[in-house]
Amino acid sequence: MKHDPITQYSRDLLAHLYRKMILVREFELRAIEERRRGLIPGFIHSCVGQEATAVGACAALSREDVITSTHRGHGHLLGKGGDPKYMMAELAGRSTGYCLGRGGSLHLANFDLGILGANGIVGGGFPMAVGAALAYQMRGDDQVALAFFGDGAINEGSFHESANLAGLWKLPVIFFCENNLYGEGTPQSQQAPIADLALRAEGYGFPGHIVDGNDVVAVYKATVKARVRALAGEGPTLIEAKTYRFRGHYEGDPQVYRLPGELAAWKKRDPIPAFRQQLILANIFDESQIVDMEVSVQAELDEAVNFATDSPFPAVEEALKGVYANTHEGLVF
Amino acid sequence: MREISYSEAIREALCEEMRLNPHAYLMGEDVAVFGGVWGVSEGMLAEFGPDRVRDTPISEAAIIGAGLGSAMVGMRPIVEIMFGDFLMCAGDQLVNQVAKARFMSGGKARIPLTIRVTSGAPGSAAAQHSQSPEAWFMNVPGLKIATPSSPADAKGLLKTAIRGDDPVLFFEHKMLYGEKGPVPEDENYTLPFGKADIVRPGTDITVIGISIMVKKALEAAELLSAEGISVEVIDPRTLVPLDKETLIQSVAKTSRVVIAHEAHRRAGPGAEIAAMLAEEAIEYLDGPIIRVGAKNVPLPYGPDMEEFVLPGTKEIIEAIRSLV
Repeated sequence: MKHDPITQYSRDLLAHLYRKMILVREFELRAIEERRRGLIPGFIHSCVGQEATAVGACAALSREDVITSTHRGHGHLLGKGGDPKYMMAELAGRSTGYCLGRGGSLHLANFDLGILGANGIVGGGFPMAVGAALAYQMRGDDQVALAFFGDGAINEGSFHESANLAGLWKLPVIFFCENNLYGEGTPQSQQAPIADLALRAEGYGFPGHIVDGNDVVAVYKATVKARVRALAGEGPTLIEAKTYRFRGHYEGDPQVYRLPGELAAWKKRDPIPAFRQQLILANIFDESQIVDMEVSVQAELDEAVNFATDSPFPAVEEALKGVYANTHEGLVF
Repeated sequence: MREISYSEAIREALCEEMRLNPHAYLMGEDVAVFGGVWGVSEGMLAEFGPDRVRDTPISEAAIIGAGLGSAMVGMRPIVEIMFGDFLMCAGDQLVNQVAKARFMSGGKARIPLTIRVTSGAPGSAAAQHSQSPEAWFMNVPGLKIATPSSPADAKGLLKTAIRGDDPVLFFEHKMLYGEKGPVPEDENYTLPFGKADIVRPGTDITVIGISIMVKKALEAAELLSAEGISVEVIDPRTLVPLDKETLIQSVAKTSRVVIAHEAHRRAGPGAEIAAMLAEEAIEYLDGPIIRVGAKNVPLPYGPDMEEFVLPGTKEIIEAIRSLV
């Protein structure tokens, strides 16, 4: 798969993949910086190093397809069309954020973009994705649901119940595992007796594929294939993308658990410079076109940070709204 | 008015709403071919087919979570959890996902999800099949909780649950399934949430009964009326939202109150209602607020022990006598 020439893909797609990966990387670095400066009050679980999985997988989806995301979800959201302005505003707890400041990083959601939600609970999104896929199957809609999750989440019971149900009913769902080798602060090797988590798919009656999670085109291609299968009524696919996170589980994580030399070795496989070089070597873009993309990303993020900074905080009473759709006028809950 | 059972009333509500709304569907363990272990969905597979009346694996988290996901994208799921005790298998989905999704998304998620679940002790079902877990979820903002005590209420409240756009935990008491009563045939008959029912008016004391304890409170009221004690029996119908106004008005009239539920006494629904009355109606009260509930032990298997632990008409009468 790796040896396929990238020239077979459209220039638009390749530009999209590169620009989005830069956007994800730089969004994360800005968010980390703005948290340090005090704009962002809560947790950040950055996906620096994992841009290819988020961007490659989302690029294979239609706008109408849905995703469920995770605590490490900024890349997924940007990949699915999230606007950095409203995301940054949400991280800053402002009333202009996607969730009006009520959700924060762990609960970013936007239903118009097919983002059913990041999630603060490891493994929390699986059943939701399966349910959306069930709706599509029942209605005959040409849509799929993709559940992002990590190597830690595959050991949650919710994965078992969801994968079994999806396999049983041949639901149009893609289980997309970002295996970054650590579940929080414990190595994957100490959390599961197998290194290749894709093997688990067989037990649920659907295929599991391993893909190089730092190769955005390979991720895209594997996800396209899984989507075609899902839409054909053949059921789910488990994709295990092998990748690595360059920063801690959360910002502030002392990262005592990493093996010596491991981070440096993975940084040599950073998905972004590798793809940049590929694009230039294949004469798809020249250096100046690439730099233009990089500059435009910085401008977009400047705007996002300014938008968040200038946005008002919600009035505290806003916290009392939005719990129920039907509030039964006059009743206090 | 024709009389049908609580079970039939629930089935009628399900069928009517599924005929009216093509996006409504029923999913759960043994709900289709079996017709539900309580027989509630008997015949529904034949009418609606296996797509809309679905047997699932024994996977409570997937049942509730898939209900949530399908609701988020436009379906109107009704899911059945066979025993309330099994809600714990779906704890994260129910408490962290279903209840909070709308709020966390800034009020944008729409979650028309009805979770039908049984409660109560059906007789020697022991500690894991007999609980009344309503109060566990009263402490979770984002869920609505209905506890119908009669066939008519079951139909009217279930139709409101299905038509609404919020997640509802709908507790069906196992020992009420066979109870018969008059039920409107009108397919637009619904009952509002948050509106208590004054089941039997009275003047000397208020008994707030929940679910099956409404029936037992009525028995107590009837027995005590022979002694000249006039008992007002009130059914809140929904615990969330709670009709505080009707409860307070009744207490203002009677000055005495007993709260009866089958859940354990400690931190059961009565604890919340008692606290509310203490905060907002203490000036009307001539005595302590008394709660009647199961003793604070897991439900035992043996019939005599079970009867000893569960609250009944006798305990309600004792509570009333201690106040009047």
